[in-house]
Amino acid sequence: MKVYIPTPLRSYTKQSVVDASGATLAEMFADLERHYPGIRFRVINEQDEIREHIKIFIDQTIAENLTALLREGDSVRIVMAISGG
Amino acid sequence: MARKISSKTKSRAPAKSPGGAGIALLVGTRKGAFIIYGDKTRRSWKNPVGMHIGSIVHHMVMDPRDRRTILMTSHTGHLGPTIFQSTDLGKTWKEATKPPAFPKAPEGQTGRSVHHNFWLSPGHPSEPRVWYLGTSPAGLFRSEDDGMTWAEVTGFNNHPKYNPPPREDETPPDGQTLHSIMIDPRDPKHMYIGLSSGASGVLETKNQGRDWAPINKGFSGLEMYGISEESETGPEPHSMRIHPVNPDRLYQQTHMGAYRMDRAEGVWQHIGENLPKEHGIGDFSFPIALHPRDPDTVWLFPLDGAFPLGRITPDGMPAAYITRNGGKTWKRQDKGLPKGNGWFTLKRQAMTTDSRDPVGVYFGTTGGEVWASHDEGASWTRIATSLPEIYSVEVAELAR
Repeated sequence: MKVYIPTPLRSYTKQSVVDASGATLAEMFADLERHYPGIRFRVINEQDEIREHIKIFIDQTIAENLTALLREGDSVRIVMAISGG
Repeated sequence: MARKISSKTKSRAPAKSPGGAGIALLVGTRKGAFIIYGDKTRRSWKNPVGMHIGSIVHHMVMDPRDRRTILMTSHTGHLGPTIFQSTDLGKTWKEATKPPAFPKAPEGQTGRSVHHNFWLSPGHPSEPRVWYLGTSPAGLFRSEDDGMTWAEVTGFNNHPKYNPPPREDETPPDGQTLHSIMIDPRDPKHMYIGLSSGASGVLETKNQGRDWAPINKGFSGLEMYGISEESETGPEPHSMRIHPVNPDRLYQQTHMGAYRMDRAEGVWQHIGENLPKEHGIGDFSFPIALHPRDPDTVWLFPLDGAFPLGRITPDGMPAAYITRNGGKTWKRQDKGLPKGNGWFTLKRQAMTTDSRDPVGVYFGTTGGEVWASHDEGASWTRIATSLPEIYSVEVAELAR
């Protein structure tokens, strides 16, 4: 599946879209971490929660947690909130 | 495998500053990190060199043991906290492969999550490559490989009494914080920490973190914070230091003033009350800075601690105050600083000293200014302006 990478994480991937595999978001992030070490902890905390100001969309739907299921052909977007100052 | 932004061969030789001047200031800010190089006289400073612009950098510290390795805390408003390491004065950085993290809680229980890494302390000289780190919420972590991987100091992190689960409303503004990690230069197992949380105070361990004991006796006026005189808890220790030459001499700037302890006595003495009654000052502040050789010489930087809690320099007239007799008497040092409309705030990590003779004293403000004194505070020069909100200022002694 295609994973769309926001700008702050492209220091890891060097590209805006990468391929990853997995039947759940947890498996997808494990695959991302194998290819881009360090990326997972910037997005997912040690309690396996998606960090506060980050949303993950599977196609058009917001994923609540890492148990969200993925299917072949899904696209995943990691989105940063417009916040801060 | 470490993520390397760019690769260079690592050398263990001390880093050399541009021009061989031998000194640099490492400045952590809310929007990045900066290095400011000084000349041999410390009267002339180059423009700050920025790095990791946009990231929140609470602390950037050079290892005094190899005078080369720099560790830097980093997170952003969105991304989780991590640690970066540089051995070439910030030209390239490696990210920790195992950043500080609490363990995952068992199913159905709530676990801690590191919000940000706050305080870095290089370890004892007998333990090269060891570093300690304090986090928010309060956690103590140790690295044995120059900051690449981190493990919990479980004797503190799991302590049921001194580190209970944090509540959402616990101060300071960014939550519980563990800071002021001080290691006895005579004994790597003897350490102190400052804890700013619901159970605030200074804690001591004599077995490298397995067991802890509070040392918070001697304060008066704790009742106004709902703390009894018999409590093990003390006022919030904004910044605590032990003296490198006499490690049994402790100083701290607390929420309730400036204090000194001679460890054998075990009681904090209120040295801030000896400040002169002038210019509307009191002994509320955040940082405290020590002379590297004289245990009796200390600098404070008074801020307004009265209602409405401005935490700015009283009457807009910033000044350091120095004691050379362990806090019995103090002298104002404001030569070169604004005589009015100087509304400074200094965070707890934002004032420090170098090892030269005479000692250099440095501070950074939340308004993005860095000030330096090459003569132990007798005169001050602004060496940088228009930086982001400054969180920390540390000295790096480089190869000359």
